[in-house]
Amino acid sequence: MSDTAIVASGSSPYESSSALVRAASAVKNRLVIIVPYLWLLVFFLVPFIIVFKISLSQSAISMPPYTPALDLSGGIGGFWTLIKQLSFDNYVWLTQDALYFNAYVSSLTIAAISTVLTLIVGYPIAYGMARAPATLRPTLLMLVILPFWTSFLIRVYAWIGILKPEGLLNQLLQGLGLINEPLIILNTHTAIFIGIVYSYLPFMILPLYSALEKMDYSLIEAAQDLGCRPIGAFWKVTFPLSIPGVVAGCLLVFIPVVGEFVIPDLLGGSQTLMIGRTLWNEFFNNRDWPVASAVAIILLMVLVVPIMFFQHVQARSQEQGR
Amino acid sequence: MNSSWSRFNVTSIVLGFAFLYLPIVLLVVFSFNESKLVTVWGGFSTKWYGSLFQNKGLMDAAWVTARVALISATVATVLGTLAALTLTRYTRFRGRVLFSGMVFAPLVMPEVITGLSLLLLFVAVGLDRGFLTVTLAHITLTMCFVAVVVQSRLLTFDRSLEEAAMDLGAPPVKTFFQITFPVILPAIISGWMLAFTLSLDDLVIASFTSGPGATTLPMKIYSQVRLGVTPEINAACTILIAVVAIGVIAASVVNKQREVQRLRDEQAAQRG
Repeated sequence: MSDTAIVASGSSPYESSSALVRAASAVKNRLVIIVPYLWLLVFFLVPFIIVFKISLSQSAISMPPYTPALDLSGGIGGFWTLIKQLSFDNYVWLTQDALYFNAYVSSLTIAAISTVLTLIVGYPIAYGMARAPATLRPTLLMLVILPFWTSFLIRVYAWIGILKPEGLLNQLLQGLGLINEPLIILNTHTAIFIGIVYSYLPFMILPLYSALEKMDYSLIEAAQDLGCRPIGAFWKVTFPLSIPGVVAGCLLVFIPVVGEFVIPDLLGGSQTLMIGRTLWNEFFNNRDWPVASAVAIILLMVLVVPIMFFQHVQARSQEQGR
Repeated sequence: MNSSWSRFNVTSIVLGFAFLYLPIVLLVVFSFNESKLVTVWGGFSTKWYGSLFQNKGLMDAAWVTARVALISATVATVLGTLAALTLTRYTRFRGRVLFSGMVFAPLVMPEVITGLSLLLLFVAVGLDRGFLTVTLAHITLTMCFVAVVVQSRLLTFDRSLEEAAMDLGAPPVKTFFQITFPVILPAIISGWMLAFTLSLDDLVIASFTSGPGATTLPMKIYSQVRLGVTPEINAACTILIAVVAIGVIAASVVNKQREVQRLRDEQAAQRG
């Protein structure tokens, strides 16, 4: 870098034109930043402010179905009346009805359990891939990514046919004579766990694999030469070194699963309580937009810590990649 | 010894891939089932594909979905590539933390939140829900995925190539298109494909932001799935899977050929 800089500054006849170019490029550089920046501001950040605003309004039978809140057209004079109009009724309502509290708790529990399950299922696969012959690894990687490209909805749908009482799994188990009565799996928590582990497995495997693949395996040999048993070497050397992958994978699974809608809706049956589904029902079935907004705001508040942690992890891995 | 291909490793990979692929394989197999019962094999038949193409609602939805995916993936690729350039090249500017936050957050943000918030934005500005709003929503979601894919390629890019071109007098834009762009092109292509398939697959955000006349294929499939599993849906899913699989495999073959060609060129350059 420094060598090329010296060469560049030595070429004096081009200096004035390069100053022009630099000025022009400064504007273009700004454009590179400004265009995506503005887009995300308008379509990602501003909508959250609107959701917050509407969560403080009251539902009404009109289109759109809520009363205006924080309408700033009244100027400074109208500001105080606006503040008085704000209603926290929706939030009070959420705390009074046990349904919502239970839905949040149950979503967090289901997400936590299924994240651990996904880790347990994903780790051996990622480990096996990382230790595979180097020539095979790109193919294996591609095979993990490929299901991720096929529709989420389709992959969840595929499990309905397998898990139904008269479905393929029960047919197989009954055909083998292992069970007499069909197992009831569909519309239970078990079905949700299977669906989540299955759908989110690539998100867990990919960061685990990239952590495990970079690892220096001579460390394990060293541990074993020094008398460590394979299992001990795994817990003392391999696992600690793969922690960044474990953290990234768990966050990539946990955060979206808390708000998951499709899996509990299709595999969980009517009695399953998850907050993503509650929000959906408030919005589409009850048409109560302010309550749906309040549900979304609280969900966001619950997830803000894990999301910021995820960004921190992303930023750090980016620094290391530099 | 960098790889130990032990029995444990082979077993876990085989079981893992069986778990990942068996449900999809079964779905495809039963789309060729003669019987109307999805789970009982009644002989080979392609009749469900025939009835699929006569289902006007499904065909209309497929056409809407294809247009939304094409437009949103293309715009998202441009915006996502710009975002990736910003993230890797401009390490210091005001609001950078906010920017990287806005790029990474949508990757994990529950879809119900993104969907609801975008819908409320469209209602607030008085935009009628329909084709345009779904497309805008998909651009916003998928540009972040494009940004991550392109960014990971840019991080490993040797910047001295760009510096060399600039030192030789190439203006920045020309440098970008002649040096940077060809190198990151594979990442841009896979970013586009990822954006395309994400848009093709999305149910939740589309349900919130779509309006009458802009029902997408996943919305149509979802409403039929709720009524029960049918071989016709299996057939529709199989076609979608085939389209995506062919695209992904073709892209990876092309990428591989480019890679081989590049290595050959490099070797030739070293010899010459």
